[in-house]
Amino acid sequence: MSAVARQTPAPAALDVERIRADFPILSEVRVHGKPLVYLDNGASAQMPRQVIERLVRYQTREHANIHRGVHYLSALATDAYEAARATVRRFLHAREDREIVFTSNVTDAINLVAHGYGRAFLGEGDEIVITHMEHHANIVPWQMLCEEKGAKLRVAPIDDAGEVVMEEYGRLFNPRTKFVSVTHVSNALGTINPVREMIAIAHRHGVPIMIDGAQAVQHMPIDVQSLDCDFYAFTGHKLFGPTGVGVLYGKAALLEKMRPFRGGGDMILSVAFEKTTYNTIPFKFEAGTPPIAQAIALASAIDYVQQVGLERIAAHERELLRHATESLRAIDGVRIIGTAREKAAVLSFYVGDVHPHDVGTLLNDDGIAVRTGHHCAQPVMQRYGIPATARASFAFYNTLDEVDKLAASVRRVQKLFG
Amino acid sequence: MTDSSQLYQEIILDHNKRPRNWGAVADCTHKSEGLNPLCGDHIWVTVKLAGGAIDSIAFEGQSCAICKASASMMTASVKGKTVDEVETLVREFRDMTTGKLDVGAGAHHLGRLTVFAGVKDLPVRVKCAILPWHTLHAALTREATASTEGDNDPVAAT
Repeated sequence: MSAVARQTPAPAALDVERIRADFPILSEVRVHGKPLVYLDNGASAQMPRQVIERLVRYQTREHANIHRGVHYLSALATDAYEAARATVRRFLHAREDREIVFTSNVTDAINLVAHGYGRAFLGEGDEIVITHMEHHANIVPWQMLCEEKGAKLRVAPIDDAGEVVMEEYGRLFNPRTKFVSVTHVSNALGTINPVREMIAIAHRHGVPIMIDGAQAVQHMPIDVQSLDCDFYAFTGHKLFGPTGVGVLYGKAALLEKMRPFRGGGDMILSVAFEKTTYNTIPFKFEAGTPPIAQAIALASAIDYVQQVGLERIAAHERELLRHATESLRAIDGVRIIGTAREKAAVLSFYVGDVHPHDVGTLLNDDGIAVRTGHHCAQPVMQRYGIPATARASFAFYNTLDEVDKLAASVRRVQKLFG
Repeated sequence: MTDSSQLYQEIILDHNKRPRNWGAVADCTHKSEGLNPLCGDHIWVTVKLAGGAIDSIAFEGQSCAICKASASMMTASVKGKTVDEVETLVREFRDMTTGKLDVGAGAHHLGRLTVFAGVKDLPVRVKCAILPWHTLHAALTREATASTEGDNDPVAAT
């Protein structure tokens, strides 16, 4: 074999049909007799056969409770669970396994930080910075903290395109600013925030920052060390894994000085009625039996995604987003909400003056699943003066043909209400 | 599963496009605000009662086609009716859309409102169709607001 032939070729385009064959639900389910066109991946993505099989194998041959049994199965399950933690650590490019905490989802991870860090280190008059495009999960826990502590929530505005106004974001910082929590990718608008810059600005003011990666990890490679964020959270079921498991990455030094979130088993070293000594990180934050099966399956989902290749996924999704944006824009009366320069494959839209719920119901007749509503981001809806949007959110198993079906169905809606 | 095109019929699309009795009754005796927080339907119903019957009624707000058409057709069908007759319609409409009343079999007073029968096959849209009726009921019983959630959930309550 020649040296040239052995060179690594440029990443080949995604073989979407082969990938689709890995996802049983895409061929098993028909809606109104039509093939399922699943464009609600931002709400929850589907699971490939490999992950389903991993779940089955675990439940069939490996299951027991972890960290507490001397018996064979407990050791096996513990190993698999801790191996899953290592897989997540590599996926996020974190420094140490102990910086990876399994939670139940991103909401849980944010609440953990609001409690463990916020309640321990914030006081009256302190300020927390978020943006106008946050999911309710990255608003309400901070509001609750503010209410309890007499602290203040400061909101960085967004412009008409759906981008954070960075000058305004920078201006929010002052000596009372004690924490920042921003989304990496907006679930309602698709905007990819300049988190590297936002992190740098926070750190210039000596303020720790959390990134909500719920809508990011399935679209792009993440390197928490390179980003230098203090916390990063994502959830399993949006990354082709199971529901019930999420991840909180936190810098070890911060996790160590934080309060535990929930008390209970597994988060302690010793318990006496006089005094309990907490376990080391990450176990301090994993009270009770964690989502063992889900964490193990999540690791297998990460393996799957990495095998497909996040760069190739990103390239394919860029193509889907470009085609969808062009196709929908070409339809009379369709307005796209969220036109940031950097966007993930999320497309929110409005058809004339047709309410998004009518759009969603009619698209369903054609087998097309989109999300309609305020996407748990009511401040975003208020910003654009609309009650809701229809949202198509793509995954790497979606095809250009499915985008065409979406456009055809939207045309039908527009004609019906025309 | 029923195709929703059976629901989005000409008459519903027409009432959505040209809602009847749109606005507010200036000298209303009863009014209520209806909210479906899950999908954002938000309407106001104003009523003027005279001699125990509906003299005038109007609605306005922001809602999906199902809700708006339901409200429009409701206002058209309750005008001139007594409070008791209206409450019967409210009950029958709710029973029809939640699948408890088969309008093809049982006796009822719904008339053209039976175009909403198909909504029973679209569970997430049932509340859109019921909201105006629930709001009218709240207005007549002097409740300031009606919500489709919590204790006031019209689907759970039936």
